[in-house]
Amino acid sequence: MAVSADEASRPFAGLSDVSISEDIPVEGDISVPMGTSSSNRQRGEDEFSTLDEPVKETILRDLRAVGSKFIHVLYPKRSTALLRDWDLWGPLLLCVTLALLLQGGAADSDDHGGPQFAEVFVIVWFGSIIITLNSKLLGGTISFFQSLCVLGYCIMPLTAAMAVCRIVLVGGSGTVSFIVRLVVVTASFGWSTFASTAFLADSQPPGRKALVVYPVFLFYFVIGWMVLTFSPSQ
Amino acid sequence: MASTNDPFQFQEFEEAGNLLEANRDATTISIEDDDLPDRQRKAAGFTPDDEDPLASDDKTELLSGQKNSAPFWSFEYYQRFFDIETHHVKERIIGSMLPWPGKNFIHVHLRRNPDLYGPFWICTTLVFALAISGNFSNFLVKLGKPNHKYSPQFGKVTIAATAIFSYAWFVPLALWGCLLWRNNKIMNLVSYSFMEIVCVYGYSLAIYIPAVVLWIIPFEWLRWCSIVVALCLSGSVLVMTFWPAVREDHPKVIAAIMSAIVLLNVLLAVGCKAYFFSKPEAALTPEHPAALELTKA
Repeated sequence: MAVSADEASRPFAGLSDVSISEDIPVEGDISVPMGTSSSNRQRGEDEFSTLDEPVKETILRDLRAVGSKFIHVLYPKRSTALLRDWDLWGPLLLCVTLALLLQGGAADSDDHGGPQFAEVFVIVWFGSIIITLNSKLLGGTISFFQSLCVLGYCIMPLTAAMAVCRIVLVGGSGTVSFIVRLVVVTASFGWSTFASTAFLADSQPPGRKALVVYPVFLFYFVIGWMVLTFSPSQ
Repeated sequence: MASTNDPFQFQEFEEAGNLLEANRDATTISIEDDDLPDRQRKAAGFTPDDEDPLASDDKTELLSGQKNSAPFWSFEYYQRFFDIETHHVKERIIGSMLPWPGKNFIHVHLRRNPDLYGPFWICTTLVFALAISGNFSNFLVKLGKPNHKYSPQFGKVTIAATAIFSYAWFVPLALWGCLLWRNNKIMNLVSYSFMEIVCVYGYSLAIYIPAVVLWIIPFEWLRWCSIVVALCLSGSVLVMTFWPAVREDHPKVIAAIMSAIVLLNVLLAVGCKAYFFSKPEAALTPEHPAALELTKA
């Protein structure tokens, strides 16, 4: 036992020299870490192994997580689900959709036109990064990617408004269509701001909530302006 | 002077202080009025505070209200410039819009705690306000024209951002360098840090945000009125703030610095108005040749 205790103090000594292990009687169950098939399955149920499931299920599970977060944005009831397990798939999806929908406008004909794809991308991502840095510098308790996730998911009402605007613009671009677009964009801008502040404002010290909310307001206002001023080329 | 004296002769230093006062014009000495007693105490060497250097460091740190430990690449260094509450920002914006005679913006509102929140977000708001309201006013001017096609003119955001941010950063940088240079030549009692100058310049732009929104209305007299009001308010805040810093200088230098400050301010305001807001007459003139050609044909 004294020898084995000595061995225990040098745990990997036996690996380098096989001849030593022949001298020392091996005691106990040494096969625990590798595990039998039963213990492996037990661990797998705890940690949710994704190795042996179909690819379709993996993708569907992620899509379901993204979808459930969309629902959280639609009903912003101060749930922490959007904050707890963040992902950036949803924001990427929304940002690409918005930028694609903003293409094909009057922008392409002359250089004084609307925002290009890259400009939308830069405004959305750098805008949310700057807002996040601002809230961190002001002493917010929320983490960097949580804040990016919330700001990205809350673009969803504006992306939906953009889709509605494209449909309305198919019908024509007169005064009525402008009023309809104005109402839709204003409503979705308010919705975006309200939803994101419902998630973000709680992480701030009480005297600084307005300082954090104002940049968020400005961010969605600018995106709303881009959506509203989109005019298609004939 | 201090090297010739024995450091333990405390009573000598009252005299030395008087000598310093008398010798004020000497170019090599630069002592600010508030750290003079501190130096005397340090030179004396046996004040009770000096028994524990750490404690005295803590005390000076707490008294001055500044942390000088964090290096500039760390997050904490920048957190120092965002250490403000909502009501501070409100007070500072109002203070930058309503100059009061004899009230120095840096001394009354900043109080050795300059922030970057206000300057950054005021500049960003001004950039988008300029681009959006300029676009909107163009839309209003050309509303009735049949052959006009609306375009969002998104590229103007980039131009506005370049103009505003370079004004809000490079002018304070140049002014800071200039004040530093003058401080070496001639001793001024008041000296400002770079962040304080940036902060004053950022807040002095706040008055332009309502002015720019007012420029949407296509009346030239209203635009010029609002420009003059905004220029007077922000210019007087800047002049009153930097007046104590150059007061001791030659009259020529004072005139040069003050006129540069005011001139750059005027240049920014008038340049923005001329570039982003086209006159109604100017919008009409390109139409005339086309109309003439149409009538000829």
